[in-house]
Amino acid sequence: MPLNIDGCIEGSYQLIGGNFATAGEASTCLKLKLTELGVAETIIRRASIATFEAEMNVIIYAAAGWLHYYITPHGIKIRIEDMGPGIEDIELAMQEGFSTAPEWVRELGWGAGMGLPNMKKNSDLFKIDTVVGEGTTVEMVINIP
Amino acid sequence: MTLAEISEILDALSIVSPEETDDVPFHSVCSADLMSDVLYYHAPNSLLITGLTQPHVIRTAEIAGIKAIVFVLNKKPDARTIELAQQKKIPLFSTPYCTYTASGKLYEAGLRSLRDA
Ligand SMILES: Nc1ncnc2c1ncn2[C@@H]1O[C@H](COP(=O)(O)OP(=O)(O)O)[C@@H](O)[C@H]1O
Ligand SMILES: [Mg+2]
Repeated sequence: MPLNIDGCIEGSYQLIGGNFATAGEASTCLKLKLTELGVAETIIRRASIATFEAEMNVIIYAAAGWLHYYITPHGIKIRIEDMGPGIEDIELAMQEGFSTAPEWVRELGWGAGMGLPNMKKNSDLFKIDTVVGEGTTVEMVINIP
Repeated sequence: MTLAEISEILDALSIVSPEETDDVPFHSVCSADLMSDVLYYHAPNSLLITGLTQPHVIRTAEIAGIKAIVFVLNKKPDARTIELAQQKKIPLFSTPYCTYTASGKLYEAGLRSLRDA
């Protein structure tokens, strides 16, 4: 299937903290959109894994947030901004296995401390900005070769 | 290896049956109870062996490209998990074995992890 992207396709999804019932739906919708646009499967997988982890962090740690996406023939840019507690020590948070997830979240299978590393691993550009007490913004770009 | 063969090796009970037309062979397996580990593996077209039964397993499987799920220790997912699996067309099974034994049996039968392949 040929790539069917004309200019820049963009959109947003609102994310509600603590809402596990629908958590992951934004990433699933984005995945479907990329499939419809004819993006290669490996690129879709990287983009949706990175997005899903970022979406879950908003659900787990923040009160609310937004997922914005921008798709061009050259790549997928995803920006996830939340109104949450922020991250005190980014270097520590980026370490594989580091997690402050509460027990009830762990019981649901989250809190492996692999979310941020998974985002970084799956994106060609990864940027995180955070202000303690205000929120966190993660920006990722996945190139379309 | 087909799902029917896998199911027989694991003495598994079918919870959500595969589509009749969908008989893609499986070459790899991923065993995990942590969602991020499943995502870390990058195991498209694999079978997932897990002890977690909530709906999030299905969402994670879909994102990771997992094609079927086996729950260990006779665990049965709740109605929401089953409904989501039907919607996403991800077959579900339940095996009496624990993760270690279920993984061992499939390893013995020739299935490997994509990660170490
Ligand atoms: N959006 C966020 N807001 C506040 N804290 C966050 C956010 N994302 C990540 N963190 C912090 O970074 C840690 C590591 O995140 P991550 O790698 O996704 O692992 P996990 O979510 O499994 O704990 C979290 O446990 C949490 O303390
Ligand atoms: Mg996380």
